[in-house]
Amino acid sequence: MSFNLLVASCLAYVIFLFAVAFLVERRSGAGRPGWLRSPLIYTLSLSIYCTAWTFYGAVGYAARSGLEFLTIYLGPTLVFIGWWWILRKLVHIGRQQRVTSIADLISSRFGKSNSLGVIVTLMAIVAVTPYIALQLQSVVLAFDVFARAAPAAEARPAGGQIAIWVAAGLALFTILFGTRNLDAKEQHTGIVTAIAVEAVVKLVALIAVGVFVIWGLSGGVSGIIARIDASSLHDWQLQPGRWTALIFLAGVAVICLPRMFQVIVVENSDDGQLARASWAFPAYLMAMSLFIVPIAVLGIERLPEGANPDMFVLTLPLAEGQGGLAMLAFLGGFSSATSMVIVEAIALATMVSNHIVIPTWLRLRRSGAISEDVRSLVLNARRLSIGIVLALGYGYYRVSGGSGALAAIGLISFVGVAQFLPAMMGGIFWRGATRTGALLGLITGFAAWAYCLFLPSFGAGAFIPAHVMEQGPWGISWLRPEALFGTDMSDPLVHALFWSLLLNSAVFCIGSILSFPGPVERLQSAAFVNVFEGPVGPQRWAQGAAEPEALLVMTQRIMGEEDAQILFETAARAQGKSESMLPDPTPAFLASLEEKLAGSIGAATAHAMISKLVGRDTVTVEDLMVVARESAQLMEHSAQLEEQREELARTATALREANDKLTTLSVQKDAFLSQVSHELRTPMTSIRAFSEILAEGDLPPATVARSGGIIRDEAVRLTRLLDDLLDLSVLESGKVQLSVSLVSVRDMIERAILATEKIKPGRDIAFIRDTTAETIWMRTDADRLTQVFINLIANARKYCDSSHPAIRIAVRVRGGRVRIDVADNGKGIPKASQPVVFEKFWRLPGEARASGAGLGLAICREIVTNLGGTIDYLPGQGGAAFRVALPLRIGEGGGA
Amino acid sequence: MKPLRRAPLFLAPSPYRRRRLRDAARILPVAGVLLMILPMLWTPAGDGNRRLSGDVIWFFLTWAGLILTAAVFAPGLARPEDKWPGEGPAGGKGDEDED
Repeated sequence: MSFNLLVASCLAYVIFLFAVAFLVERRSGAGRPGWLRSPLIYTLSLSIYCTAWTFYGAVGYAARSGLEFLTIYLGPTLVFIGWWWILRKLVHIGRQQRVTSIADLISSRFGKSNSLGVIVTLMAIVAVTPYIALQLQSVVLAFDVFARAAPAAEARPAGGQIAIWVAAGLALFTILFGTRNLDAKEQHTGIVTAIAVEAVVKLVALIAVGVFVIWGLSGGVSGIIARIDASSLHDWQLQPGRWTALIFLAGVAVICLPRMFQVIVVENSDDGQLARASWAFPAYLMAMSLFIVPIAVLGIERLPEGANPDMFVLTLPLAEGQGGLAMLAFLGGFSSATSMVIVEAIALATMVSNHIVIPTWLRLRRSGAISEDVRSLVLNARRLSIGIVLALGYGYYRVSGGSGALAAIGLISFVGVAQFLPAMMGGIFWRGATRTGALLGLITGFAAWAYCLFLPSFGAGAFIPAHVMEQGPWGISWLRPEALFGTDMSDPLVHALFWSLLLNSAVFCIGSILSFPGPVERLQSAAFVNVFEGPVGPQRWAQGAAEPEALLVMTQRIMGEEDAQILFETAARAQGKSESMLPDPTPAFLASLEEKLAGSIGAATAHAMISKLVGRDTVTVEDLMVVARESAQLMEHSAQLEEQREELARTATALREANDKLTTLSVQKDAFLSQVSHELRTPMTSIRAFSEILAEGDLPPATVARSGGIIRDEAVRLTRLLDDLLDLSVLESGKVQLSVSLVSVRDMIERAILATEKIKPGRDIAFIRDTTAETIWMRTDADRLTQVFINLIANARKYCDSSHPAIRIAVRVRGGRVRIDVADNGKGIPKASQPVVFEKFWRLPGEARASGAGLGLAICREIVTNLGGTIDYLPGQGGAAFRVALPLRIGEGGGA
Repeated sequence: MKPLRRAPLFLAPSPYRRRRLRDAARILPVAGVLLMILPMLWTPAGDGNRRLSGDVIWFFLTWAGLILTAAVFAPGLARPEDKWPGEGPAGGKGDEDED
């Protein structure tokens, strides 16, 4: 295996990646992102979680600590299959707030505070630099393995030389594709696609080595199982505390690592990507882990004692003479290392330029408008930052001398970034979290991490003197870095994780509870915590304080002339201005402009830049109160409107009802008049006819007597009709004079029965009565009430068509009211006629006109109403039945 | 027009199913944690009864099971939120904690 061939293929691979990134950038620049936004690319880009630490280190980890390496992949698996809890919210916030990095998220949430952004940026750099150094180291180690296997005659570069070349190459690639443009949202399609390609390469490489180990060296699955059980890994014991802590730690790291945040949140464009990644990314992790144990077992078995287990993936194929496979494995490891460094460098550089470089620049030139091209400034700042980040990584590698097992550095880095967790989770789930709390919590956690884990990792005596490690500072054993407060956990990592996160969260909570958030903070807390309820639209800016032209100038300098002009023109059109391309600086426009700029230069900086032009630094608590009051007024106003609307609807309904009633009454009146005329005309006609006969004279006395009798009868009928009508009109007008006296119901009923005896005298009618119950004394108009009974009994007598007619009269007292039911056992009244029985001139269908004018029941109803009671037709009694209900004493007991 | 329009108290079968799917998706990681820390309760490896290969198979089988379940859930979860007339975009609060 020639070393030069290795370098050549490595270069070819790098050129291939450049080509992929370049083509993709061009394609997406042409506005055809298509599959670039597919969930598959998204999932593959997440694989930068698997760095060289996974590719090489996991085997070493397994060789040293058995299955413990699994925790590093189980943690992210649990986070991703549980995406509905946290990731979904995080990604939504990221999209809505145009978050550019984890520092931007935290700073934006806590009132667009730049000091918070600076602290998170610095923490991330300190925590992640060793991790970048680790990647460089892995590449150097890998080269070293090949160099040792190569013939001694070839020239071999030193480790440091390789590292510097790799670092420089990566810096170039990252600068070329990571800072090409300043998008509205910080997304990098070219790089993401290159990362996806690298993800495939490393997966294929690791699986190829795994397949070779299982089927090439161990004789299949059963063979490898026997070897696993026979290997020294078998002595591995699961330590519950460490196992749980590591699963938790890996789960935290997958969202807190700047590069993971970059690919999960910043590069995300829709929920579908996340849904697919929720299972596809764990599947990728599982595939990466599947062959780790076999490789470790075979490595221990076949390679000489003292071989570095971290390099088994390379040395095993090499030792077995599989040069090609080893080359593939090398490219896999190279891919893992480079992809991680590229994304990490972009993430850190974005944070450095947005939170440190640009704010400093803004502060330096406090006066005047922005005259230079901010765009190139931002891009240059970012390029410089990438260089700085990689230089730091290289520097760390040189200083640490490439010492220490790979896994150890990775875990220390994880605990460092885990310090972002309380501020981040508190920020997106707890409205009450404040800037002060977050600031204090982050500093406390970071200090605890540095003191307990990071600084001691350089070895006793490097930063922390040996006697402090042994006895604690000033001899206070409670402050020993690896046993804070006397808690000796025998595992410095679990100890540091426990204390740093506990202190961090505690200080964060206490600080948040005790402090009072500023107005922007309160706006942002609402926007973050209630992200699913749509954007909150508070007024962040005052109207008209800024010159649109100045705004345009500034935006052009940040976004570029064309993009800025398009943005302003669109806004102007949306405001209905067809002539000018400058929109009015309405609060809504300013807010959306700030959001757009935040996508390029971070929330805090964008806010600060607009403040410069608008002239007001922030909203005040008073502004918030005004907003709150306005919205409260609006709500009240709309509630009032609603009430008025309902009242109008009610009135309209009432009016419609009244109108209907009037129409009905008018119809009734017409019907009544025609009825009356009809009723009057019939007797009049016969009277006139017979009186004409009489007037002719010279008639036999019998005819005269008959005619005179008919005339008299008809006149009586007329009089009765007119009496009834008169009576009815008096009753209806309510001007009736009542002669109230104490009277027994029984007396009235008996009088009524007597009075009706002459009707159809031939029929034998049975009365069913309970005279005891009838003995009730009531104060009422006896004559009128008797009239009611007469009418009811007379009707029953007339119309009951049973062969054994019977009239049942039931009297009952209920709550100060007397109820008198009069029912016969006839056919009753047809259902259709029941509602109209009390109408004037209503007769049973088919009844002879002569039998009555049809005023009886109408009169009954009027009388009962005048007596303060009610009369109803009582259905379901086997015949016609009426219920009269009256107060015991007229004028009272009506409301029973 | 009403200032506060309430979400319906009872849902039609298909939104109801979707809500329960979300509940299941929320429970899944909890179940995953339990399965993954369960081996803590087993007797230590190398005691004769227990074999390392058994552990390896346990972890990878549970892992695969979790991934498959998540894959079954994912299409249903990715669908857009239910909306009621008069409610704000994206389902609103009802999605978060009220059924």
